[in-house]
Amino acid sequence: MGRRIGARALLFDNPVGIRSWATAAGRKEAGGKLGQQFDFIINHNQFGEKSWERAEQKMQQYALELALEKAGLYGHQLDFFLGGDLLNQIIATSYTARTVGAPYFGLYGACSSLAEGMILGSCLLDGGFGKRAAVCTSSHHDAAERQLRYPTEMGVQRTLSAQWTVTGSGAYILDCAPCEWSITGALPGRIVDRGIKNSSDMGSAMAAAAVDTICAWLEDMNDLEQLDYIITGDLGKIGYEICRKQLLEQGYDVIDKYFDCGMQIYHAEDQDVHAGGSGCGCSAVVLGAKYLPLMAQKSRSRLLLVGTGALLSPLTVQQGETIPGIAHAVLIEYRQGGVTC
Amino acid sequence: MEQEQKQALEQAMQSREKRIRNLKEMDATELESILIELREEHQHLVSLEADCADAAEAGYYRQLIKQNQNQSTLVQKKRDKIYQKQIKTVTPKAPLMKNIGRAFLVGGLICAFGQLIINSVMLQYGLDFKEAAPFASITIVIIASLLTGIGVYDEIGRYGGAGSMVPISGFANSVVSAALEFKREGMIYGIGAKIFQIAGPVILYGTLASVIIGLIYYVMG
Repeated sequence: MGRRIGARALLFDNPVGIRSWATAAGRKEAGGKLGQQFDFIINHNQFGEKSWERAEQKMQQYALELALEKAGLYGHQLDFFLGGDLLNQIIATSYTARTVGAPYFGLYGACSSLAEGMILGSCLLDGGFGKRAAVCTSSHHDAAERQLRYPTEMGVQRTLSAQWTVTGSGAYILDCAPCEWSITGALPGRIVDRGIKNSSDMGSAMAAAAVDTICAWLEDMNDLEQLDYIITGDLGKIGYEICRKQLLEQGYDVIDKYFDCGMQIYHAEDQDVHAGGSGCGCSAVVLGAKYLPLMAQKSRSRLLLVGTGALLSPLTVQQGETIPGIAHAVLIEYRQGGVTC
Repeated sequence: MEQEQKQALEQAMQSREKRIRNLKEMDATELESILIELREEHQHLVSLEADCADAAEAGYYRQLIKQNQNQSTLVQKKRDKIYQKQIKTVTPKAPLMKNIGRAFLVGGLICAFGQLIINSVMLQYGLDFKEAAPFASITIVIIASLLTGIGVYDEIGRYGGAGSMVPISGFANSVVSAALEFKREGMIYGIGAKIFQIAGPVILYGTLASVIIGLIYYVMG
């Protein structure tokens, strides 16, 4: 059983291992900072399918199957499958779940879905309701763009605050057996809405939520010294700056350990992505392709993943409503040789 | 080693192909077990494709994945057919004759009303049919729009079905109802963008058809 520390932080008594993971990403992402770190690269946005939506689903299924293969498992051996994406009614994930054959929870936390899934998956496993769970999220640039903004071939100038939805998917297999990487704590976020109405400036809408969650974590745990990395999901350059400044105002100097996944994926200037990457796939691929391997460089390390989500609906944005932001935190620890759960 | 693995994969695929040929004799549990087998194979193939450094090699596995998916689709279709047959036995059928009768009544009334306008305009102002016809269209469009605005036309549509949808009044209804619905999203993204959401295809293909017919007319003299 888990414990509650302070006001909002959760600690798992039986750390939940991350047994394996896999990432799949598009060609633009493969041409970015992380280059060939991905397990699977999709050379064409349509991925041999007749629509982008089908391509996203296929990409997600590939990521999940690669992760399962690494863990030596099959989908039907999972006790739970949790996941989400950006398509309406999270349809890509539901189609993936159709091929998995395990009990399924579809989650919508926009770009925070991965962290949300990790928290809920860990709670389920730590609570003793199962032994293995998979968490999988995805986003597809073209599919998201046509749904949330403009047709992809329309000649518009994107604002400088706009972010580029990542074409990518990451799958993580959670397990109760000893693993080197494990999820040991979490802090579920609450909605923070600071009145941002511009759907091209989601970094600002989410940054306030990220600050709220990170401050709550540091207040409850008081472990800034022990943390090696704090990474936010997809705040982008603008959101990152706001978040860093506000944390400093609160007395937390995180400068050398705070990074944003959205800024780690593309070459900002050469690839014309403005403020950086975003989407459910962003934190999912950057965590798996960069930060989890990076954690293994030390014999012990701690990473706080803060999945950030702008929970907007294109319809309410047109109606002039504001964008609710959320940030879920997950504490991932690495120990060489593994820990017993 | 690698060659052997490939052979084993191909053999498994072919032997399943044979099994799938007599799908008809299989029961639900057998179908389900083939599907699980197919999913497991799919997973292996995907990871084999991911591990390929060579493009031709990856293409080979992609081909096998395609075969695997085709087999899955076949088996799934068979499994779903059994279920879909059951659905048909409990789904109520639309009362066809009743609907046709109502459509005739409502559609007929609207058209008769239009004819009435045309005839009276022709009598009153001494116009010929071609000149008088727009009066009918305009009047019916205005009335249908008003009825849509006060929430009556949807009741007529529920009763009359195609009878109230096919005449020009149905066109007016589809435009006005969309305009009403999307008012809240503003003048541009709402009304401007969505007003022809339903009527759009009629406008586009109506225009296209008239262009084609015009061309035929022109060529035939």
